[in-house]
Amino acid sequence: MKDIKVNVKDLSVFYGTNMALNKISMEIPEKKVTAFIGPSGCGKSTFLRTLNRMNDLIDNVRIEGEVWMDDIDIYHKDVDVVNLRKKVGMIFQKSNPFAKSIYENIAYGPKINGISQKQKLDEIVELSLKQAAIWDEVKDRLHDSALGLSGGQQQRICIARTLAVNPDIILMDEPASALDPISTAHVEALIHELKKYYTIIIVTHNMQQAARTSDLTAFFYLGELVEMDKTRTIFTNPAKKQTEDYISGRFG
Amino acid sequence: MKRTTKDIVVKSLTGMSVLLILFVIVAILTVTFIGGWSHLSWEFLTEFPKEGMTKGGIFPAVVGTAVMTLIMTLVAVPFGAITAIYLAEYASERSILAKTIRFAVKTLAVVPSIIFGLFGLGFFIKFVGFNADKLLFAGELHWGQPNILWASLTMALLTLPIVIVSVEESIRTVPREVREASLALGATKWQTIRQVVLPGSITGILTGTILAISRGAGEVAPILFTGAAYYLAELPTSLSDQFMSLGYHIYIMSTQSTNVDETLPIQFATTLVLLLLTFSLSLVAVVLRYRIRKKVK
Amino acid sequence: MVKKLKSKKDASVETVKPEPASSLLRKQFRFSDWLAERVIKTVAFLSITIVALIFIFVFRETLPIFSRHTASGSGEVQPSPAMTPESYSPETYSPESYSEAAAPVELKPEPYGVEPAAAADADTTKDAASTYRSHVSEQEPSPSSAVSTLLSKDWQPVSDNPRFGLLPLFFGTLKVTLIAILFAGPIAILAAIYTAMFAPNRIREFIKPAIELLAGFPSVVIGFFALMVLATFLQNLLGYSGRLNGFVGGIAMALAAIPVIYTLTEDALSAVPRTFTEASLGLGASLRQTAFQVVLPAATPGIFAALLLGIGRVFGETMIALMATGNAAVISLNPFDSVRTLSATIGAEMAEVVFGDTHYSVLFLIGSLLFIFTFSLNALAEFYFKNKLIRKFQGK
Repeated sequence: MKDIKVNVKDLSVFYGTNMALNKISMEIPEKKVTAFIGPSGCGKSTFLRTLNRMNDLIDNVRIEGEVWMDDIDIYHKDVDVVNLRKKVGMIFQKSNPFAKSIYENIAYGPKINGISQKQKLDEIVELSLKQAAIWDEVKDRLHDSALGLSGGQQQRICIARTLAVNPDIILMDEPASALDPISTAHVEALIHELKKYYTIIIVTHNMQQAARTSDLTAFFYLGELVEMDKTRTIFTNPAKKQTEDYISGRFG
Repeated sequence: MKRTTKDIVVKSLTGMSVLLILFVIVAILTVTFIGGWSHLSWEFLTEFPKEGMTKGGIFPAVVGTAVMTLIMTLVAVPFGAITAIYLAEYASERSILAKTIRFAVKTLAVVPSIIFGLFGLGFFIKFVGFNADKLLFAGELHWGQPNILWASLTMALLTLPIVIVSVEESIRTVPREVREASLALGATKWQTIRQVVLPGSITGILTGTILAISRGAGEVAPILFTGAAYYLAELPTSLSDQFMSLGYHIYIMSTQSTNVDETLPIQFATTLVLLLLTFSLSLVAVVLRYRIRKKVK
Repeated sequence: MVKKLKSKKDASVETVKPEPASSLLRKQFRFSDWLAERVIKTVAFLSITIVALIFIFVFRETLPIFSRHTASGSGEVQPSPAMTPESYSPETYSPESYSEAAAPVELKPEPYGVEPAAAADADTTKDAASTYRSHVSEQEPSPSSAVSTLLSKDWQPVSDNPRFGLLPLFFGTLKVTLIAILFAGPIAILAAIYTAMFAPNRIREFIKPAIELLAGFPSVVIGFFALMVLATFLQNLLGYSGRLNGFVGGIAMALAAIPVIYTLTEDALSAVPRTFTEASLGLGASLRQTAFQVVLPAATPGIFAALLLGIGRVFGETMIALMATGNAAVISLNPFDSVRTLSATIGAEMAEVVFGDTHYSVLFLIGSLLFIFTFSLNALAEFYFKNKLIRKFQGK
């Protein structure tokens, strides 16, 4: 019996009067990779961002429903959003390292959390970079600017940076869409390793990627959750016709 | 594409307008240079005026301008930078408060400089200074008159919008994704501003400071009756003293000097000093701003 | 071997607590964030406070005019800057602008409320700043009588019968502004058109900052240039008699207005979406036709705003006026006559005026009017024209 890490109940998101998500309900299991697929603009990124309340940053947004993680509804009014984001990390579509050294990028999170001893920070930096499978490539230039790295390397730095704060859940918003195939392969291999320890939720418009990397897949269309099941089932024997049409490329 | 005569004429006409403007810039620089270069020397900058302003140097004016500008900068830059942070990071574009603040900043930017002088007189001197004298000196006139402090504060108000605009522009060049990355790691808003946004906008703060200094050093109208003086025997020693200033010196000397033959070279040389100062500051600011804008592309 | 990170010193994220959820609840109060936000918002609010203070304190000093009592005239002389008034000998190069005013100005006794004879012209050609330095009003005029002279044609604040007619000052300001904009407007706009539409990219990147450098010239330097060089040049060119006059002042002001109008116009032209230009060129129009028939009309509200701001800049310009316009408060349609602008009046006379007396209050009144004018101009440019621009691009 898998543990459920995230339990979403009737979540709706409005931008002004515009409904972006319509009563989404789902259960996301722990330490598995769940993928969200669907055509552009169908709400999958919006939904992803509700899980770490990044949507709060938008001016005109209204959220209804509940998102339960570890026995609390993260939209409860007493929840501390800043702490939530330490627990739920995010990797963005376009890699966004800070204009600082590689070391400083990774150390940023722990420093914010109050860790200041150099030795401890060194440990965390090394461990995170190893987990992100990029330690060997950068260990001799930790104090060079992170912006000098290639796109694929930068994205792995961003992953290491997120790992450094020790989250439970990692959200990935099209993490490889801006990368070349080799870097993409690196990232996918990384996801496969990381899922042993973290719950991973990934948004992708690349169906093959979803099929390769995820355990569960959720198909979104026009702000609604159409179907969610084991990945193999979705891709070989979906229950809904809409899902099948999308998978087989009849629309997109 | 066939180019008709009309096309050529129009292109030339508009191009000539550009050349005309550039020509004027060069003309002013050249004329001032020719008139003043020969009189310029290290002594000129470091000596006091002598023999009724017909000989000697402009040292007190240089010092006065420098000190006034320094005080002005110390006040205007922090206030301006903080306001810029508000506008870029905390202001919701729809809130009335934010819109009012923006409008207030724009208003300050277009108010004629002489009005700042009137404000300096009516508020700093006649209200703050006057009441301070009542409290501290039992009514005896000490702060309630023109001095370098009031002139500097007046000038700070004038240059405030300049700082705000520059710093805000620079803050906005920090990409949204980088802010989001910081917040997604569990940093607070202020932590993000302090550790990610501000380090990325140092250039803009610098540009704003330089532009403010350039403007502050050159403006004369606000200090006409808030603290500038034409001839002082000594350098100002306290904030309640008056001061000499390059711009004011040029104005008085060129319009009310009695001995034209002797003072003309001094007038040109002083103008040259002021022009070189403000011009080089503007040049540095332009280059910096260019670099900021390039970052975005 | 990859292993999961264990950061035990992580202050906020739980690893060993029995109830994992408790730390996520309990909204944490972060002092430095709270403080930072408070301070930043307060400081930002200051800009509104400053504008309000300017309104209040500049208007405050005009109030005595409007009260029914006589002005205090407390005899507290405005501490003048330590400038020793020097005796005036005619400048060898500007004979008519500065008077030989060691002797008091001769004034004809005038009954109150009667328009002075045209012979008052003799007084008005003298620089007011110098005429009254050695002259103090015998009789402090009652403010109510001062108000009555505000609309008269005489600006003679220092005389036995002081008249505070603002009309010549308004007229002078308008004259200079008109001349300035007539020159600055077309030149700046044409230059902006070249920069935004015709110039190759490399040149554009050079021109725009170069012209913005002109904005960095202090107005006292431009005034000096006008006084020393421009005045003589123009006089030789056009052969009029008075060396410093409205025309010279206007041209000099144009130099100050050009960068303002240029930058804003260029911004307005560049803000027109590139796709308009591409569509027009794609239809076979020349760049010139595109510029004038597509881009320029689309940028019109922005260009109007630019002109407004240019006007505002000139209207309030003080130093150039003080140095280049001749400073005589006359009403004349001849552009080559000397003029006195509103801001120059304040600049020239405020340092010598007695605190609290009518003259002082009238100068503040002039300042208030200037402030209201530029404020309204700015509001007009901001709200009306920006809205027009936005609606235009939304297709309304």
